[in-house]
Amino acid sequence: MGEMSISELEEMARKCRIEICKMTHRAQAGHPGGSLSEIDILCALYGRRLRVQTSNPKWEDRDRFILSKGHASPGMYAVLAEMGFISHADLESYRVKGGVCQGHVDMKWCPGVDFSAGSLGMGLSFGMGCAVAARIDGSSRNSYVMIGDGEMQEGSIWEAAMSAVHHELGNLKLFVDCNGIQNDDFCEVQMRMFDIPAKWSSFGWAVKVIDGHNMNEIVGAIEWMDTISDRPAVVIANTVKGKGVSFMENNPAFHGAAPSDEQLVQALSELGVSA
Amino acid sequence: MSRMAATRDGYGDALLALADNPKVVVLEADLGKSTKSLYFRKAHPERTISCGIGEQNMLLVGAGLASSGFIPFASTFAIFTERAFEQMRNGVARPNLAVHVCGSHGGTHTGTDGSSAQSIEDLAIYRTLPNVVVMHPCDDVSTKALTMQLPELGGPSYMRTARNKTPVLYDGRENEIKIGKGVELIEGKDVAIIACGVLVHEAIAAAKTLEEAGVSATVVDMHTLKPLDGELIESLAEKCGAVVTAEDHSIIGGLGGAVAEHLISTRPVPMERIGVQDRFGESAGAEEMLEMMGLKSHHIVDAAKRAIARKA
Repeated sequence: MGEMSISELEEMARKCRIEICKMTHRAQAGHPGGSLSEIDILCALYGRRLRVQTSNPKWEDRDRFILSKGHASPGMYAVLAEMGFISHADLESYRVKGGVCQGHVDMKWCPGVDFSAGSLGMGLSFGMGCAVAARIDGSSRNSYVMIGDGEMQEGSIWEAAMSAVHHELGNLKLFVDCNGIQNDDFCEVQMRMFDIPAKWSSFGWAVKVIDGHNMNEIVGAIEWMDTISDRPAVVIANTVKGKGVSFMENNPAFHGAAPSDEQLVQALSELGVSA
Repeated sequence: MSRMAATRDGYGDALLALADNPKVVVLEADLGKSTKSLYFRKAHPERTISCGIGEQNMLLVGAGLASSGFIPFASTFAIFTERAFEQMRNGVARPNLAVHVCGSHGGTHTGTDGSSAQSIEDLAIYRTLPNVVVMHPCDDVSTKALTMQLPELGGPSYMRTARNKTPVLYDGRENEIKIGKGVELIEGKDVAIIACGVLVHEAIAAAKTLEEAGVSATVVDMHTLKPLDGELIESLAEKCGAVVTAEDHSIIGGLGGAVAEHLISTRPVPMERIGVQDRFGESAGAEEMLEMMGLKSHHIVDAAKRAIARKA
């Protein structure tokens, strides 16, 4: 596949947003808010950077992508369908018995998924293990991980943060989807995290802060990560939970709630789908 | 006088012996000197990953390595593996990634470190996890033999080793040790004593005492709690008509629980369980702890007599 242009990535993200709304509406469950906040980054990573083979999802020397915030699975499934790892029909299996699209992304169920998520605070450590493996193998493959901002409240994240720097894992790349909202309420209410970039800097990571919905900035950040080879790199992406659907944007109610029939019509209309 | 050794030394020896396999990697959480993974670390620092004092991270680094084709062995004290139980459950067992966890210093036999260090529930909790093989060998030879078989397992495992030295049983008998197969150490017909770990030695002593009293006891080293050797247990229940389990572990959910669960659905017979009676330990010497917790050979003898008396 040739390199996708910025406008092509933006169009891919728009299509994925439509699928996220449809999937959660169909299931009447799931997590649309965090899927919509992460989706621009996922599209850029898959469309522009990850060395993966859709015909051979288990290719040993592939780059890894670990969605640690595994509840935001609709976003990942939408991207995997766009990339051809699964079919668009598979998206209808989201949260359905026997479906490849389990409630949380699962490497045992879905082609193209490298990590069985569901419990917050686990993906960065797993990604570190993949990065250590690549180093021992003498491979140039990278391990990309995405966590949420609320997820940083898990102590195990900081075990991994300290450990990855100690081991100078330049092949470990992290995105933090900072959408400012967690399950019960805004992060500012639940557990203030204060200066997030400073925390990662103080652990020794290379840090960059971007607008997580500006495709130019996202692509620039991915290219910046390529230049960091002596330590792990983190991109702090400021995002909007529910981005692209007005009534979901910055609304804690849509962390884990599906749109109603009427809301779906409105959402799809806002995303450019004619009724 | 038989040779004395600690099971944790068998683990350390096995890792070193496995090092010829370039896919074997070792993960430590600042206790390699204690769990004996340090033998491997000294010989192969490039394949040893220090995770600091961070067990949750360690288990998932292991999962990432396993998903990339490596065979990780992660060790710390048994009690500290429990801190990472959910990582073991969701990150290792659920995706069936072959991470091999060794918890050393298990049981009250750990002694003077006190109750915080004496894991008495590890075997129970890991036994509840699908895909996980659970082992608790009784000497260094069997520990090494079991560990050497793990690379072929293809799934995750938990092995408890002990801190203190115990008599060696299996010198020259390595070939008798197979994951999932109990070893009949003494054959008898009146009662079957099924033990694991440190209490295998107490069970042997109990059988000798029983023999002097005219009671013929079978003693089995059930080094693997899961998968349980149900066939052997059923045949012993059939032959002896009474069963005693013995473990340096809570009577809830460990070997006694496993054997009872199996027999209740197959061949129920009078059964007694020797184990820690739903309480915590304290600081004392290893032998003092066994006495205090009711885990000595004379406790097993009494339990055997109770079980026999209950035969119909």
